[in-house]
Amino acid sequence: MDFAFTEEQEMIRDTAAAFLAEVSSSEAVRRAMATESGYDSALWRRICDEMYWQAIHIPEAYGGLGLGYVELVAMMEQMGRYLLCSPYFSTVCLATNALLVAGNEDQKTRWLGELGAGQVTATLAFNGGSRSWAADSITASFRREGDEFVLNGDYRYVIDGHTAGLLVVAAREEGSSGEQGISLFLVPAQTAGVRRRWLPTLDQARKQAAVTLDNVRLDGTSLMGACGQAWPALGKVLDLAAIALAAEQVGGCQQLLDMTVEYTTERVQFNRPIASFQAVKHKAADMMLKTEVARSAVYYAACVADEALRGGELGAELPEAASVAKSYCSDAYFAVAGEALQLFGGVGFTWEYDVHLYFKRAKSSEHLLGDGSSHRERLAVTLLDQGRSS
Amino acid sequence: MKLSFSAEDEQFRAEVAGWLQDNLKGEFARLRYRGGPGDEHTYPEERKVWEQKLAEGGWTCVGWPKEYGGKGCSIEQQVIFFEEYARAGAPGRVGHIGEGLAGPTIIAFGTEAQKQKYLPGIVAGTELWCQGYSEPGAGSDLANVKTKARFDEVRGKWVLNGQKVWTSLAHESDYCFVIARTDPESVAHRGLGFFLVKMDQPGIEIRPIEQITGTSEFNEVFFDDAECDAGDIVGAPGDGWKVAMGLLGFERGVSTLGQQMQFQNELDDIVALARENGAADISDIRQRIARAHAELKIMRYNAMRMLSGHSVSDGSLQKEALIYKLFWASWHRSLGELAMDVMGPECEILEGAPYELSRLQAMYLFVRSDTIYGGTNQIQRNIIAERGLGMPKEPRPALK
Repeated sequence: MDFAFTEEQEMIRDTAAAFLAEVSSSEAVRRAMATESGYDSALWRRICDEMYWQAIHIPEAYGGLGLGYVELVAMMEQMGRYLLCSPYFSTVCLATNALLVAGNEDQKTRWLGELGAGQVTATLAFNGGSRSWAADSITASFRREGDEFVLNGDYRYVIDGHTAGLLVVAAREEGSSGEQGISLFLVPAQTAGVRRRWLPTLDQARKQAAVTLDNVRLDGTSLMGACGQAWPALGKVLDLAAIALAAEQVGGCQQLLDMTVEYTTERVQFNRPIASFQAVKHKAADMMLKTEVARSAVYYAACVADEALRGGELGAELPEAASVAKSYCSDAYFAVAGEALQLFGGVGFTWEYDVHLYFKRAKSSEHLLGDGSSHRERLAVTLLDQGRSS
Repeated sequence: MKLSFSAEDEQFRAEVAGWLQDNLKGEFARLRYRGGPGDEHTYPEERKVWEQKLAEGGWTCVGWPKEYGGKGCSIEQQVIFFEEYARAGAPGRVGHIGEGLAGPTIIAFGTEAQKQKYLPGIVAGTELWCQGYSEPGAGSDLANVKTKARFDEVRGKWVLNGQKVWTSLAHESDYCFVIARTDPESVAHRGLGFFLVKMDQPGIEIRPIEQITGTSEFNEVFFDDAECDAGDIVGAPGDGWKVAMGLLGFERGVSTLGQQMQFQNELDDIVALARENGAADISDIRQRIARAHAELKIMRYNAMRMLSGHSVSDGSLQKEALIYKLFWASWHRSLGELAMDVMGPECEILEGAPYELSRLQAMYLFVRSDTIYGGTNQIQRNIIAERGLGMPKEPRPALK
């Protein structure tokens, strides 16, 4: 047992931190978030062509770097810390994971090749507009017509849905409900009948879209896995993505903590740095506690996710590890952001200081893929309901 | 990162579990799940016998170096030992202060003579220890110790006068390690000494403290010309604070994994009760149970990070170790409240008169001590902010 980063993993993390400190400055974030696409395409090209981050956990057989989920999580933590505006989460943590988990050999060869080469960005669309991020949130439907599938329906909260070149969409067989009848399809964004609309968001640094499918016709090569039986695979993808998102939340916590310590140490009132007041220190201590506990949750979940993708024994813990990490980190991030804003005082309330960017990200990432309460309820079902007659 | 244990370690796990299964029965069966924090007053005599039984099997001081009679186990094996010990429901260790605190301090700072005199009794489970730190005027401000130690040149002995408080297991112990002021003119952490004092002597009086639970595991200890030999000071006069602080490092050791297993037992009881009495259908209770479950899981991961860390050797605590006490103490206190709320109005009804508490009732009351002893939550937050975050100390007003 050795629950610490290897030297190689530390190097990946440090390289990411150094690069992002340079390219994802406050000014760069503010420029990108003011655009509809939400990212600087020249920077995204650099990330793809020079850093190969988009290929981090794609197996070498498909042209990727073949690294593990721990490395991906180390990367996400730094992106959360520097609020990188990019289609990374949607492309790598949603769509690439979907292909890794549910794609057949032909689909992986083609699309992982293109994604890994940075030729296309992608995302996952499934939620029809529900606070539940489980199977019942899928309202779009499909029916078979000969060899074709015809898809209809609406999706909301589609991360980077208006810019992605490839959509992985979930739809349910007409008349099905719950976890039954769900299929995943690969839909290039230019397919006839696909309509996409950018949704302006409170957290401007992550873009969302609404996607409508209007009699979208697909042939059998678009179907991922067996027809109508995609929920277990999709559930796994969502757990993997939740862990990556939790890592991003840890990075945000750390940055807020560092910013707060720096600011309160410089800010003088009553002839003292306000950081010397216990009322301030105790809040900062609670922020550090939440940050470190969140980090422990995420690193463990990363190890579980890694085994889930590679078929290891720990992989069976994936749903629990994802819910433990996402529930704790979501609540921790929002609490830390709230305390940071309070400790910055008046300037924390301004547009000029960066605190509000993190405060807004904390809330948006809390609700993305299920908030703390919903993940705790998922844990409660396992703990309290299984094997009990009510 | 690697989370699994080696095949060799798994074999060690089987060995520990097997020994406990073979030995924690018969006369010892009733000790299962007893004698932990909040329950230290139960079966003290039987638990002393159990301590010696453990020693016979070679299961005391597993983390100590072999040259001092320990088992020389790796960190992983120590983790496994404490986990299996708690999983088996083996009783609270009456020897834990000697094994976890006094012994490691003597090994680190003691003389050869002290090692030979004191370590074998700890390993054999025959000599028990207690800790003489806190005083009525030295709680959070631990360095404000007033107990005095004076060297009597004529008798060639140290003579101690003063009072200690919150001394757990004092009435069961053979020895106490005591910090006392060797320089009467000194203040704060300067001028202290660290003494190894025999409890059975005329100069020592022990008075139990009746706690919130109605039971007593803590005591007051009065020193009235109590004595120890010239050779029973660890380090030089004036080094006491350094030795005592070195000891605090040992307190955050691998036994935390065993403590977590005890927490898991308590949470399991609460879950079982909630499923039985319908509390499991209340959404607020569901959230709180799930939160307790999630955070206990993370507590384990955090401890694994602590134990895997590589920067402990210089004595500085990593960030995940600095927050650990505040985290588990606050978690455990909440668990006590959760237990009561799952019980509902039944939480008021005792097992019997005059004040016989159920396990969960006793837990609910006793966990209130967790956020106070060993550095209150407030002191922990100061330490985290000052050492972990480098925030400035509170300016101290001049006295008088």
